[in-house]
This record gives sequence, structure tokens and C-alpha cells, in this order.
Amino acid sequence: MIAWLTRHAQTSIGSLGRLSQHKLATLLTVLVIGIALALPACLHLLISNAQNATGNWNKAVDLTVFLKRPTSAEEATRTGERIKQRRDVSNVELVTADAALKEFRQDSGFGSAIDALNENPLPHTLVVTPAADFTTSANLDSLAADLRAMPSVEIVQLDTAWVNRLNAILETVRRGLIAAAALLALGVMVIVGNTIRLDIQNRRAEIEVTKLVGGSDAFVRRPFLYSGIWYGLGGGITAWIITAAVIGVLREPITRLAGLYGSAYQLGGLNPRDTLILLGGGIVLGWLGSYLAASRHLRAIEPT
Amino acid sequence: MIRFDHVFKRYPNGREALSDLSLEIDSGEIVFLTGHSGAGKSSLLKLISLIERPTRGQLIVNGQNVNGVSRRKVPAFRRQIGMVFQDHKLLHDRTIFDNVALPLIIAGVGTKEIGKRVRAALDQVGLLGREQSVPLELSTGEQQRVGIARAVVSKPPVLIADEPTGNLDPELSLEVMNIFRRFNEVGVTVLVASHDLYLLEHFPVRRVRLEGGRVADDIPAGISAGEKLVDPAKLITGSEAATR
Repeated sequence: MIAWLTRHAQTSIGSLGRLSQHKLATLLTVLVIGIALALPACLHLLISNAQNATGNWNKAVDLTVFLKRPTSAEEATRTGERIKQRRDVSNVELVTADAALKEFRQDSGFGSAIDALNENPLPHTLVVTPAADFTTSANLDSLAADLRAMPSVEIVQLDTAWVNRLNAILETVRRGLIAAAALLALGVMVIVGNTIRLDIQNRRAEIEVTKLVGGSDAFVRRPFLYSGIWYGLGGGITAWIITAAVIGVLREPITRLAGLYGSAYQLGGLNPRDTLILLGGGIVLGWLGSYLAASRHLRAIEPT
Repeated sequence: MIRFDHVFKRYPNGREALSDLSLEIDSGEIVFLTGHSGAGKSSLLKLISLIERPTRGQLIVNGQNVNGVSRRKVPAFRRQIGMVFQDHKLLHDRTIFDNVALPLIIAGVGTKEIGKRVRAALDQVGLLGREQSVPLELSTGEQQRVGIARAVVSKPPVLIADEPTGNLDPELSLEVMNIFRRFNEVGVTVLVASHDLYLLEHFPVRRVRLEGGRVADDIPAGISAGEKLVDPAKLITGSEAATR
């Protein structure tokens, strides 16, 4: 067991040593893999950041409930109380028709025109603030539907349409991300596979000799698999650095932009889980690419 | 140890290298395989090491019928055969130590044991102390001895050599042959393909001469090759060896 582990450690370090002998070629391969992996990583961050940013916007949505006219002030208060008892409502504020009219008179500058009216044209209004746990658009929609069904309610205004549209756009982009990530993953495998293929051709003599003295297919393949793993890991690390650099460049202007909107929003980078997925994905793709290439091309090399 | 039973070998290009060859080599024997180029010496050795497979007939090596050895089992099969090549087939980007250690690494021997056995093998071929050199720093004769050390380091029961002295001058050839002899004395079955007449004269061991893919002569050990030198075929082989 120890001999086996030692052998694997030696092979992996040997592969690393061989890669470091061809610095420029290795660097270029790793860079290409890194860029290919960085693209989906950056896209992922774009989407998760956008979702984080818009996730808060639903919370800012209040429902404005206009009651039927005529509804008495007492009736309006009772309706407000009833709504407030709902689990998904945190607060209800009653704006009576008189208060609304007063506010309107002050703010609009139509004071004298309003004085000319015989009666108050405004309905009583309830401003319903949904509970924090029920701010998803589905919950808001069902709350709005329930309110609409109440007998004294005329109109319920819920301004989530644009949030829904944005979410739909993000979902589309997310699907696109999956397709792009799949294509780029395939690209990484092809890059590693081709590099390993060239490596196998260059080391033909060595492979032949190893097979002559009894090296099994697995033994001959092993150093190439480790090369693939190193390429993948190097590519993953490169992708992480590229992503971190992109985030670093964007963080300051985005914070400033958010500040202009009165938000303390901060651009998020790759969390530990994302990092693990990026590095692990690189390793798996590198291994897979080298495995396919090695299995295919090593078989063809037999001593003569 | 090695038994050919009516073996035929025909290559895809139609050339018949071995035709109806039967030959038996006992365990612990040392045998010279002679005959001029194209007589089938290399093909015979390639069949033993499973580089090629017989077209027809049976070949038993160390109790195993090669026809029953699947592709996956070939590496394990080859580990019981030490092979020495005319061109050494050393890995030039590795030290002598790493070259000789290769069969042991493949067999999964522990690091400490590898060190011991590699040094023992290098000692046997007189190259102890050169472990950290690379092959190109060594003379041709020394490189060939490294090749031999690699072939015997895992103590295989069979040692085959294809023209091991082809690139060496007579003195070095004798040295290399003496190394083979010493392994044979400790029980290794040795089969050496050579058309080096000079060697044949100095080693009165069993000689099997191939011609046209079959055994033409089988001279048992103890009779000097010189007594049979009336054979014109051997004169031709001899002049070939001289011009190399």
C-alpha cells in the first residue's frame, strides 16, 4: 500500500517535473484552459450577483389596495385589520380618503381645483407590506389574488411585472450559461487530449521500452493521466485568478453605482464552494481528456 | 523452458519468417541462435517475448502457451523474460539507476528494495558507481551492460538477447558474453541470437542455426564451432560480422 502510494506520488511529481521542463508550452496550455474555465465562472458570477441584487427588490414591493367607493372608514379599518391577520402580511397602513385628499392637496398644487369638487373622489387605500418570508413573486401574486377577492376591494396594484421579466431574463441567461459551460468543458477536454496526444507521440520510444519490460497499459497511461490532472488544476487556478481579477476591477465602480441608487450592494466573488467546483471541474476535465487520449493512442504503440 | 512445436510465422506482407520450426530449450540452458539475416532469428525471439504471435503452431514459454495469453496478460508475461537489444533501448532522459529500476517499478517493488537490487544488478555488470550518469555519458559497451542489468534486475527465469554484441568490438563482446554466462551459471535460461563468429568460437555452448525459417543445425554444447566451419553459409555470416 505504501509502495503503491509512493509510486503514485512519484509518478505525479515526475509528470509535474516533465511539464515544468517545457515551461512555455505548459504555460500556454494552462492559460488556454484557464480562459476557457474563467468564462463560465464569470458568467456564473454575473447571474448570481444579479439574482442577489434583484432578490432584495421584491422585498421593496408593497401592494396598494384601493377600496370600493363608497366604503365607510369603519369598514376600511375592519378590512385592514382582517388583512393584517394574514400570515404573509407584516403590516397594513390605512390611508383614508380624507388623509389622501389632504396629502394630494398639499403635494399637487391643485388645491383650488379640489375645493371646487363637491365630494372626495379618492377611495380609502390600504398599503399592504408583505411579510419578509413571502416576497417571492408567486407568493405576492397569490396574496394579490386573495385581496382582490375581498368584497370591499376594488383594485390591487402589484408592481412585480418588471421583476418577473428580469428574473425571466436571468433564467434565460442561466440556461445559456449551462450550454456555454458544456461547450467550454468539451473544449478543455479537447485541448488536454490533444496536448497529451502530442506528448505521447514525443515519448513513443519510452512507451515502447516500458511495454517491452512488462509495463501494463495502466502503468504506461498513469504519467499521462497525472499530466492531464496537472493541466486541469493549473487551468482551474488560472481561471480563479482571472475571475478574481475581473471582480476586483468591477467591484469599486459597482459599489459606486449601487451607492448612487442608495444601496449598499457589494459585488460578490467566488465563494469557497464555487472555488472548489472550479478547481475540481478543471481536474476532472483534465483527467478525462487525458484518459480518452491516452487510452486511444497508447494502444496503438506496441514494440516491434 | 521454451518449446516451439511446428511454429509458423507469416507477416501481413506475406513473408514467411518461420516455417514449421520445432525447437526445445531446457531450463538452465544457454543457447546461441545463429544464421544470417532473414533466417528468422529475430522473429523467433519476438515470438518468445510476445511482440509477435505465431501464425500457426504451439509455443510454450515457462510452462505457458503463448496462444493463451490475452493482450491484457502480455505485460505480466513479459516480466518473466529479460530482454537485451542490439540498440540497448535505454531511456536517454533518465539516469542509469532509473533505467535499471524500471522493471522493478513496474513490478511494484518497494523503494528500498529497488535501490538494493539495482545496485546488485549494476555490480554484476561492473557498473556500480555509475548510477547517476545518463546513458550518453557511457560508452557503447557500458550502455549494453546497462541494458543487461535492466534485463536481469527483476531476476527473470529467461533471458533473451538479440545481437547483443552487434555494435561491440571483439573484446567487449567477450565481456558481454561472459556476463551472460555468469547468469546462466546461476540457473537463468539464456538464448542469444548472434552471427558473431568470433564469439561462437570462444563459447562452445549449444548452437542452433536457422535457415529459411527452420532449424538447419543443432550442435550440442562442447563441440567447438571451428570444427563445423566447412559450412559455407557460416563463412558468409562471418564476413558480414566483420564488415559491421
